Amino acid sequence: MDYSQFLNMREELSLLLVILLIFIVDLFVSGEKSRACCLEGCEAEAGGKSCTRMVWLTRVPIILMIAHTILGMCPGEISVGATWEYSFGKMYQHTEMMVFMKSILNIGAVLVMLMAYPNLYKAENRIKAGEFYSLTLFTLLGMYFMISAGHFLMFFIGLELASIPMAALIAFKKKDERSGEAGAKFILLALFSSALLLYGISLIYGQAGTLYFDEMAIYLHRPNFISILGLVLVITGLGFKISMVPFHLWTADTYEGAPTPVTAFLSVLSKGAAAFTLMVILVKIFSSGPFIEYWNVSMQVLIVLSITVANLFAIRQNNLKRFMAFSAISQAGYLVLGLLGGTAQGMESMVYYLAIYTFANLGAFAIINELELASGKVCISDYNGLYSTNPRMAFCMTICLFSLAGIPPFAGFFSKFFIFMAAFKAGYVWTVFIALVNTVISLYYYLLIVKAMYIKSNPSPIAKVYPSLPGVTAIILCVVATILFGVFSAPFNFLGFYGFGM
Amino acid sequence: MIQIEYILIISAIMMFAGIYGFLTRRSTLAILLSIELMLNSADINFAVFNRMLFPTGSEGYVFALFTIAIAAAESAVAIAIMINLYRLYKKISVGELNKMKW
Repeated sequence: MDYSQFLNMREELSLLLVILLIFIVDLFVSGEKSRACCLEGCEAEAGGKSCTRMVWLTRVPIILMIAHTILGMCPGEISVGATWEYSFGKMYQHTEMMVFMKSILNIGAVLVMLMAYPNLYKAENRIKAGEFYSLTLFTLLGMYFMISAGHFLMFFIGLELASIPMAALIAFKKKDERSGEAGAKFILLALFSSALLLYGISLIYGQAGTLYFDEMAIYLHRPNFISILGLVLVITGLGFKISMVPFHLWTADTYEGAPTPVTAFLSVLSKGAAAFTLMVILVKIFSSGPFIEYWNVSMQVLIVLSITVANLFAIRQNNLKRFMAFSAISQAGYLVLGLLGGTAQGMESMVYYLAIYTFANLGAFAIINELELASGKVCISDYNGLYSTNPRMAFCMTICLFSLAGIPPFAGFFSKFFIFMAAFKAGYVWTVFIALVNTVISLYYYLLIVKAMYIKSNPSPIAKVYPSLPGVTAIILCVVATILFGVFSAPFNFLGFYGFGM
Repeated sequence: MIQIEYILIISAIMMFAGIYGFLTRRSTLAILLSIELMLNSADINFAVFNRMLFPTGSEGYVFALFTIAIAAAESAVAIAIMINLYRLYKKISVGELNKMKW
């Protein structure tokens, strides 16, 4: 066996090392003394006794993860154009675009870990901090495998590794009924969708006789009833993960019940990884003429439904986390718009859209999280008059929401513009037109929150919030990135060299 | 030799029985059982296609084995969540899961 092929799995191995180190740190710092200290709470730490466990367990994972992110962004050999590398008999595939995807997911994970710091610092969660980090990173590892899969077995293992620890994270607040309910709804529907996906894969296997992505394309050239059913079931299974409209019913409940950093993780990372994987599967396996027609039509229907239905439901929400859930469904519709036609340009704009969406959405969630922790309020009507007490928070929230809505000076406008351009060039004019009309509707409901914060008066607004240092860091990073990517277009040009399509 | 259609029909019946059970059962444990039925029907498909159509390789068998292991892990997490819910509600009916609605 050629051991040098492990070098292609640089990101996976480095992440695995991070996870192991966190395990070891968790093991050694949780002695009896610090455990008791954690359970009682460390309010007595002013007397010189600080909870060393918490200090270690929150700093070490974040530092390790930042190191891993920087390492992952260091390029190997620089080349122009997508170069494919394969390991383990094409079970694992690797190209520059996948490195970018993984880097975006890394940055998102770092931001989520930063914003989770105040949650984990609460007395009842201190004992569980190590679990939070390792579960989050295992989910990330699953997404890596899913993105780089070259065989349906790798893909399925990655998908499950990305969704099983997720259920444990959603039910993280053990004493909270809502959290448990959200976890139950998520795991039942995740199991249901992966059973459908598996049945679809088995039908495709029956038609092609192989499970390697590259070989399947050769054998699947004439569609028949069984292979089309398999295609539909694969799209369904991934649609659950991306939460596109006919498969979105778990989204709002799960987002509302889960702890807010987990909601943020779910709304950005698992969506993005699943959307990218769906594109890789459709482009690589179903790339013969008649199949392209079939999946393009069904994706068009799903996109139009997601964007429209989610926008209409978002208008009538009052709970901000539910509102963000419907906003995330409609954003998923825009994200998958880059998939139409399966062009290289579509893939580039999809990855770019995901990067911008990561910053804008995680910024909004970081602010929601800090306000929720300080005041326990998550309703839009509670945000009335926020500007009078927390002007800086309100300003950062406004920038993030403007970017999500796609208002010009901010990055969200350009990512939407690129994705519309890609779909328009591929010839899907009517879908782009409907998406454009929906942008206006989305502007209305994002501005509802801005209006609540700035204009509506409230006799008792949320009191002045003093956010934690990591939380502030996350918010500032997100806002700065949202503004910078709006004026600085080099990243998109850079991505343009490495896209691949049919 | 048994023809492939017969086995495929059985697995399809298992699949749709599982979907029917998932949609109609009120107990979360019965729902989990229905999901197992669906996963097993896919495993049967893999084994049958491998045995009857592509006997040279063993990709389908291996896939089925991995699926069984993954399904067990999934059920373990699902049952852990159900036990936690049972501690909170003293019931495991889906009727209790109604705190959040649109």
